[in-house]
Amino acid sequence: MFPNRTTVEDIENAAALAEVQGRSLWASARARFMRNKAAVVSLIVLILVAAFALFGGFFAQWERDFVDFSLMGRNAHLGVPSFETGHYFGTDNSGRDLFARTVQGTGISLMVGIVGAMVAVLVGTLYGATAGYFGGRVDGIMMRIVDVLMSIPFMFVLILMLVIFGRSILMLFIGIGLISWLDMARIARGQTLTIKNKEFVEVAVATGVHPLRIILRHIIPNLLGIVVVYATLLVPNMIIFESFISFLGLGVQEPNTSLGALISEGAGTMQYGTLWQLLFPLFFFVLTIFAFFFVGDGLRDALDPKDR
Amino acid sequence: MSLLNIQDLKVSFITPEGEVNAVNGLNLSLNEGETLAVVGESGSGKSQTAFATMGLLAKNGRATGAVNFDGQNLLGMSTKALNKVRSQQIGMIFQDPMTSLNPYLRISEQMAEVLTLHKGMSKRDAITESVKMLDAVRIPDARNRITNYPHEFSGGMRQRIMIAMSLLCRPRLLIADEPTTALDVTVQAQIMQLLGDIRREFGTAIILITHDLGVVAGFCDRTLVLYGGQVMEEGQTETVFTKPTHPYTLGLLQAVPRLDRDEVELATIAGEPPDMSRLPAGCPFSPRCAVAMDRCATQRPPLETLEAGQRRACHKPIAEVA
Amino acid sequence: MSTILSVKDLSVTFDIRRPGAWPWTPADKLHAVNEVSFDLAAGECLGVVGESGSGKSTLARAIVGTVPSSGGQIMFEGGDLANMSPAERRVHRRDVQMIFQDPLAALNPRMTVGEIIAEPLITHEPNTPRAEVKKRVAELMERVGLLPNLINRYPHEFSGGQCQRIGIARALILKPKLLICDEPVSALDVSVQAQVVNLLMGLQRDFGLSLIFIAHDLSVVKHISDRIMVLYLGRTMEHADAHALTTEPEHPYTQALISSVPIPDPVLEKARSRPILQGELPSPLSPPSGCVFRTRCPKAVTSCAQNRPVMLDIGQTHHVACPYHAPRDVLATA
Repeated sequence: MFPNRTTVEDIENAAALAEVQGRSLWASARARFMRNKAAVVSLIVLILVAAFALFGGFFAQWERDFVDFSLMGRNAHLGVPSFETGHYFGTDNSGRDLFARTVQGTGISLMVGIVGAMVAVLVGTLYGATAGYFGGRVDGIMMRIVDVLMSIPFMFVLILMLVIFGRSILMLFIGIGLISWLDMARIARGQTLTIKNKEFVEVAVATGVHPLRIILRHIIPNLLGIVVVYATLLVPNMIIFESFISFLGLGVQEPNTSLGALISEGAGTMQYGTLWQLLFPLFFFVLTIFAFFFVGDGLRDALDPKDR
Repeated sequence: MSLLNIQDLKVSFITPEGEVNAVNGLNLSLNEGETLAVVGESGSGKSQTAFATMGLLAKNGRATGAVNFDGQNLLGMSTKALNKVRSQQIGMIFQDPMTSLNPYLRISEQMAEVLTLHKGMSKRDAITESVKMLDAVRIPDARNRITNYPHEFSGGMRQRIMIAMSLLCRPRLLIADEPTTALDVTVQAQIMQLLGDIRREFGTAIILITHDLGVVAGFCDRTLVLYGGQVMEEGQTETVFTKPTHPYTLGLLQAVPRLDRDEVELATIAGEPPDMSRLPAGCPFSPRCAVAMDRCATQRPPLETLEAGQRRACHKPIAEVA
Repeated sequence: MSTILSVKDLSVTFDIRRPGAWPWTPADKLHAVNEVSFDLAAGECLGVVGESGSGKSTLARAIVGTVPSSGGQIMFEGGDLANMSPAERRVHRRDVQMIFQDPLAALNPRMTVGEIIAEPLITHEPNTPRAEVKKRVAELMERVGLLPNLINRYPHEFSGGQCQRIGIARALILKPKLLICDEPVSALDVSVQAQVVNLLMGLQRDFGLSLIFIAHDLSVVKHISDRIMVLYLGRTMEHADAHALTTEPEHPYTQALISSVPIPDPVLEKARSRPILQGELPSPLSPPSGCVFRTRCPKAVTSCAQNRPVMLDIGQTHHVACPYHAPRDVLATA
C-alpha cells in the first residue's frame, strides 16, 4: 500500500536513477560564506600571510641571525628597507635582516594562535560535550574544575612559570594550552545541553546507541559550527596574548622571535628614526588579526542556525 | 459596499535562493460583519495575505495589487496613515500570543497604552476600559489579574488577552491567524465560542486563517480555499463543504478522519505541499491532482464564478470532479 | 491474541526544583503519570489521547525506557523493564521503537538519510556487511514511500511528511514488535497527515506490529486505534474499544473532549449541542484531591473531592474511572 500512484511509478523507475548526492549543512554554509566578500578576501589574506610565513624564508637574502656588523651604529641610514642591500624590510637594531625575522615572527605567532585554538577545540569541546551530555553530578564536578582553573590569575602563573622554568616556546605553548580550552569547554557544554534535549538524541538513546558514539556522532557534529566560529576568534586572541607576553620580554627567546617581540623592539627604537622596525611587524600583526576576525564573523553568519 | 476588497494581490520575497512567490493574484472581498475562512496548508500563502493586508511583510517582501479597506487602498499608503487604520480599524491575533505581548510589561500597561495612544484616553479610563474588555473575553477576576505579567497566564488565557487587546479600539475587522493551533482542543472550543460571541456583540468582521477544516465548519459564513498562493475555490461554507467543486477541496475533505463516521481507509492527496520558488506555470495543484489534464500544467485556470457566488479555478468540468 | 505489553499501575514522577532553592531542600514532586494500567495484544493498536500535560508523552517515554518509572510494572513479553539485565534491555530496545512529533527535530541534521536509517541496525548488529546494510535501508525506504536514490541526502532537504517517513523507516529497520508513535502527524499538513496515517496502518498490518498511537487529535486516534485510553493529569479516565468510546463515552471528561472536537461538516456542526468544558488544566504540581477532573467536571459532587474514583469495569472491556458515569451520544444533534 503506497501513499500514491506517482510514488509507485517513481519507485519502479528508481533502479534506473542514480543516487543523488545530498547537500549537507556544511555545503550550504560554505556557499553562504563564499557570498560574504569581506570574509573571502580576509581568507585570501590569511592564506597569503601563512604563505609568507612558510615560504618567505626562501626569498630572504640574509640569514635571520646574521648580524651585519657593517651597519652597526648606522642603522638609521644604512639599514633602511631597500632592494639593493637585500634587506627588504631593513634591519633591526642589532643589524639583523628584518625581513627574515618578520617571516619567522609571523610563523611563530600564527603557530601560537593555531596551537592554542586547536587545544581549545580538542580538549574544550570533548570536555564540555562530555560534561553536558552526562549532566548531573559529573557535570557539576567537571564544570567546578573549570571554574577553579578560571579563577587562577593565569597571566601571573604563566609569568612565574616562564621565570622559573626559563623562557621557551614549549613553556609558552603549555601556558596558552592550559587556559585556552576553558571558555571553549563552557561554550560546548551549554550547547550540548540544548542539543541533548533534541529528539534525535533521544532516539539514539532509546535505540541503545553507546554514549560515546552519541557524543561523537550526534552531539559534536552539531556543536562544530559554534566551535569553529569560536576557534577562529580565539586564534587572534592567542596571538595578542603571546604578543603581550613577548612585549614584556618573557615570550620567545632570542634568536627566535615573534611578532610581539619584534613590535616590542621596534617600539623601543622608534625615537631613533627607524620607524620601519615597528611598522613592518605591526603591519603583519594587524593584518593577521583583522583577517581572522573577519573570517570568524563570516563563519558565524554562514553557520548561523537561524538562517537555515 | 464591501469592507475589505483585495484585488490581484501578489506577494513575493527576494531570498538568496531566488524569488519566492507566496501569493499569486489573489482576489477576495469581505462584507461588514461577515466571517470568512481562509483555508490552506503550509505554503498556501494564507498568512502572507494577512501580513500584506496589515502592511507587516518582512523586509525582503513586496506586495502589489490593491487592498481596499473601506474604500482606501492600504498598499502604498503612508506609514502614518496605515498605522492609524491598522491600530483602530483592523485587529490581528496570532498563533502564538507571546510574540505580540511584551514579557517585561504588565498586561495593564500594554493594554492601556493602546487606548492612551490611539484614543487619547487618560490612564485611569484606559485601565477601566481594559478591565471591561478582559471581562468581555471572560478572564476570571480581571480587575486584579490585569496587573499580572504575560507569563503568569496559561496559553488559552494569553490568547484571550490578545483578543481583548485587538478589540480595544473596536476594530471593524479582526484577522485571526491560526488562533487556536497551539491550544488544546477543549481550550480551542472555548476560544472559538468566544470569537463567535464577539462577532455577535461587536459586529466585527472576522477573517479566520486556519488549516483546520473542522474549526471552519462551525464558524464561518464563507470559505476560501488557497493553494500555492492562489484561490482554488470560494463559496458559502455549506456549499464548499457539501458540494466541493475543486479536486483540492474534495481531497482535503476526504483526507481528514471524522469522529462521526468510520472510514476504512483515508483518501490521500499524493505528493507534498508545493515549493513556492518552483510553482508550475499552470495550476499550482496540478502536480498532485488526481484528475489533472495536460493543459493543467501549462495553463492557469481562471477563477470563474458559478451561481450563488461560488467561485472555482479548475479546467475540469464540475461533473467530472465531484 | 497474546499480550505483548502489560503495564500495571505505572507511575512516573519528576523532581521539580524551584529556581533558587537550596540544594538540600527536597524537590517538588510532579506526578506525570499516575497508576496507569493497560494491556496491549500483538498486532493491536492502542490510542492514547489527552490534552497537553496529561502525561501521554511521558507514558511513551517510560515504555521506551528513556524516562525511569517510579512505580508499577512494565512487562514486555513477560520481562519487567525495571528489573532487566543490560542484555535483556538491549533486546527490549530492539523490539520497542518510537517515532516523534517534530519529524525534522528527530533527525540529526549532520547525517545523511542512509546513515540515520541504518543507525539502529549498526548499533545492534555491528557486523552486518555494508552492502547488506545499504540494501536493507534501500528496501525500507521504498516501503515507506521514499525514493531509495535519495539515500545520501540530508534531512533538511526533505519536507515534513518525508522526514516523518524517514523516522518511520529508522524505527522499523530492526523489525520491532512495538512501535510507539508520539503525535506522529500533528506537525504535518492536512493532506500529508492522511498519507502517514495510511502508511502506519499498512505497516502495522504487514509487519504485525503493535502500535501505541499518542495524539491530541481524537479523530485521527479513533481512525487508527482498536482501543482508546483517555488520560487527564496523568490518570486514566476511560479506556474502551475505539468505536464505543467515541460513540458512547461514559466519562464526563471523554464526553467533554468529544464535544470539543470540531467536525468538518457545517450542517452538523451548527446543529450540534456542545456543552463546552470551562476552565483550564490545573497545575500538575498540585493536582486536585479526589478525582483530578472534578474542578472542571459538570457532574462533580462534594464526594468527588474526597475519594479517588476506582476504575470500574462496565463490561465489554470498557473501563471508566467515574462512579457517576452514564453513556451519552455527544455527536448527536440537539
